[in-house]
Amino acid sequence: MASDSIAIHPAGVATRSVSERLHDWVVTVDHKKLGIMYVVYALFFLVIGGIEAMVMRIQLMRPHNDFVSPQVFNRMFTMHGTTMIFFVVIPVMFGFANYLVPLMIGARDMAFPRLNAFSFWLTAFGGLLLYFSFVGGSGLYGAGNAPDMGWWAYAPLTARAFSPGHSADYWTLALLVSGFGSVGTAINIIATVICMRCPGMTLGRMPLFAWLNLVMAAMVILAICPLTAAQIMLCVDRYLGGHFFDTQAGGSAVLWMHFFWIFGHPEVYVLVIPAFAFLSEIVPVFSRKPIFGYPVMVAATVCIGFVSLSVWAHHMFTVGMNSYANSFFAITTFAVGVPTGIKIFNWVGTMWGGRIQFKVPMLFCIGFLFQFLIAGLTGIMLGTAPFNWQLSGSYFVVAHFHYVIVGGILFALFGAFYYWYPKITGRMFNETLGKLHFWLFVIGFHLTFDLMHIPGLLGMPRRIYTYEPGRGWDTLNFLVTIGAFVQAVAILIFVANLIISCFKGAKAGNDPWDAWTLEWSTSSPPPAYNFARIPVVESRRPLWDIKHPEDPDWKYE
Amino acid sequence: MSSATFADSPIEPSWTLPSRGRVGMFSLIAAESAIFTIFVVAYIFYIGKSLSGPTPKDVLTIPIFSTICLLSSSLTIHLATRTLRKAKIASFGFWWFLTLMLGTIFLIGTGREWHRMIFDEGLTVSTNLFGTTYYSLVGLHAFHVTVGLIGIAIVMTFTLLGKVTSKYSERLEVFSLYWHFVDVVWVVVFTVVYVIGR
Repeated sequence: MASDSIAIHPAGVATRSVSERLHDWVVTVDHKKLGIMYVVYALFFLVIGGIEAMVMRIQLMRPHNDFVSPQVFNRMFTMHGTTMIFFVVIPVMFGFANYLVPLMIGARDMAFPRLNAFSFWLTAFGGLLLYFSFVGGSGLYGAGNAPDMGWWAYAPLTARAFSPGHSADYWTLALLVSGFGSVGTAINIIATVICMRCPGMTLGRMPLFAWLNLVMAAMVILAICPLTAAQIMLCVDRYLGGHFFDTQAGGSAVLWMHFFWIFGHPEVYVLVIPAFAFLSEIVPVFSRKPIFGYPVMVAATVCIGFVSLSVWAHHMFTVGMNSYANSFFAITTFAVGVPTGIKIFNWVGTMWGGRIQFKVPMLFCIGFLFQFLIAGLTGIMLGTAPFNWQLSGSYFVVAHFHYVIVGGILFALFGAFYYWYPKITGRMFNETLGKLHFWLFVIGFHLTFDLMHIPGLLGMPRRIYTYEPGRGWDTLNFLVTIGAFVQAVAILIFVANLIISCFKGAKAGNDPWDAWTLEWSTSSPPPAYNFARIPVVESRRPLWDIKHPEDPDWKYE
Repeated sequence: MSSATFADSPIEPSWTLPSRGRVGMFSLIAAESAIFTIFVVAYIFYIGKSLSGPTPKDVLTIPIFSTICLLSSSLTIHLATRTLRKAKIASFGFWWFLTLMLGTIFLIGTGREWHRMIFDEGLTVSTNLFGTTYYSLVGLHAFHVTVGLIGIAIVMTFTLLGKVTSKYSERLEVFSLYWHFVDVVWVVVFTVVYVIGR
């Protein structure tokens, strides 16, 4: 038993006051506490970003609705996009990476614990800065109280003439600050994975989770920094009267688009590669088989990392690039589908012939497989330049990328929440509520985002705050909004399940899923030092070797 | 729950991993390179696109002396860390001080150039695209030089207080990687701004 290693006396913990415990969280450099803070912070912003989405959907529920003004609607989609990308998905992925990578590679903490805390607080204050724009954005001008130029902030909308006041500056500074935080964490993840592995944990034996997060961190460095540079340029334009994106003085609005999407498209893969990482851990455990094609998975991920750095201008087919650029970016866009397809085959290959257990984490992963496939297919459609000319800027695009982010990334994320919840809290979640969450969310998701493709094909542009009746969009938009409500209910059930199970759930024990990676060898929740004795591993599934000494993995690797 | 425990296996003696300081610094350098790449691309993209003067040919003079100073500071910081590894503290202090001086001379050179261009030539960030891109790119580099010099000055202070010993040589070598990077970036900036852009 691992529990006999070191017994911590609980008396000292119980008697401390709330402020002392709060102080512990604020000054902590422990990767597990920081991971939890990242996740809780992201959940908080998920609710805020979700409310913004609901405001938009209520407004679009029927034609000529006047639930919010056009100005507020613009602020809502800007804040929704910015929040969800920068303050929900990035922090939550960093949270899981922070919590799990050291545990999985048999380390006691990240490589740079203080940098870790610093990065978290930068990200946290970045989010607060963005939302402070609701209060302080009008400044002396009284114009606008939150950024309203869309999450990609195309020039010249960010010019002083079109974004007076400070709301655009809050947006810029929030992204700049949280960008520094992201780069700090990325450096930390890279150094941790490369330098902190326990004895025997060669790169070829590392859990795929650690591998994929290594690739993700490298991509954060290569993707976020161009955005940081572009934000500095935007600051120079807005504060010092520079002309980077000022077309009146010879500057180029298209240059901003390039810089933004050099960040923007790799960013999608920054978000989805951790989702792949979740699947690569969860699918094998619930299929009772080792991952199919481990080296190919690693190679495909690295390949996605490289190729996805050269696809950005498929967001700009309608700008009027020359035919060579259009062809190049269309071809690279198709090419990135190949390694992604390999991964889907590998997960299916892992499930093939396995004794699949349909527990809640696995349900979400299976949902991911189907939905991510469809999202990839509409991605290929939009990557075809002539098709893109027809549909760019329509609701078809909105449906496509929400299929990726909600149907793919968020589903994998929910799977991860349920899978590692027993490890993080020490208690099991409620399986019935979890299944209810899954089915409600599947229904709501498909109602919203399957149907959303159709008004797009019928010509409904994105970002409009209302529309004329009788164009064939009315019923569809109504159903899309109903679906959004169903999803909101499902999310509330999820949050309730997280909170209730934290107090009422059954004790989880060290290893409730009979899993194989190192985080399940320590207690739940793990002690501050993670491992009383640093483990030594001999295969990709160290816990399998211990549980099955008669048939260990290292004989076959 | 039958929990798994690890047998008392001896830690493999050959298990060594790369230094986390170096890996972290190389990652930081990769990140900084990405930032500088975008600024360099913007500079090159806007060469000759200014709608009004002054042009680079009118106002830029090649800063040969400060360039020589900055590039030779790479050599002095290398000599400093090498002597520290051999625990020759006095000679470390000499080379470190020289690095500080050379970097400062470079920064003063940039400051004088900017002063001349702002007050004599009337070129500011808002004058034209050349001004915007020039001050941004050179300024970003000068900012990195400043950060490096602050770090060097802190270490210099500790050296004078006698706190620097050879056990810190690894850390200072990691720091010197940053300084080498700043120098390499200057080679790129110099080529783009003073050779290609002129």
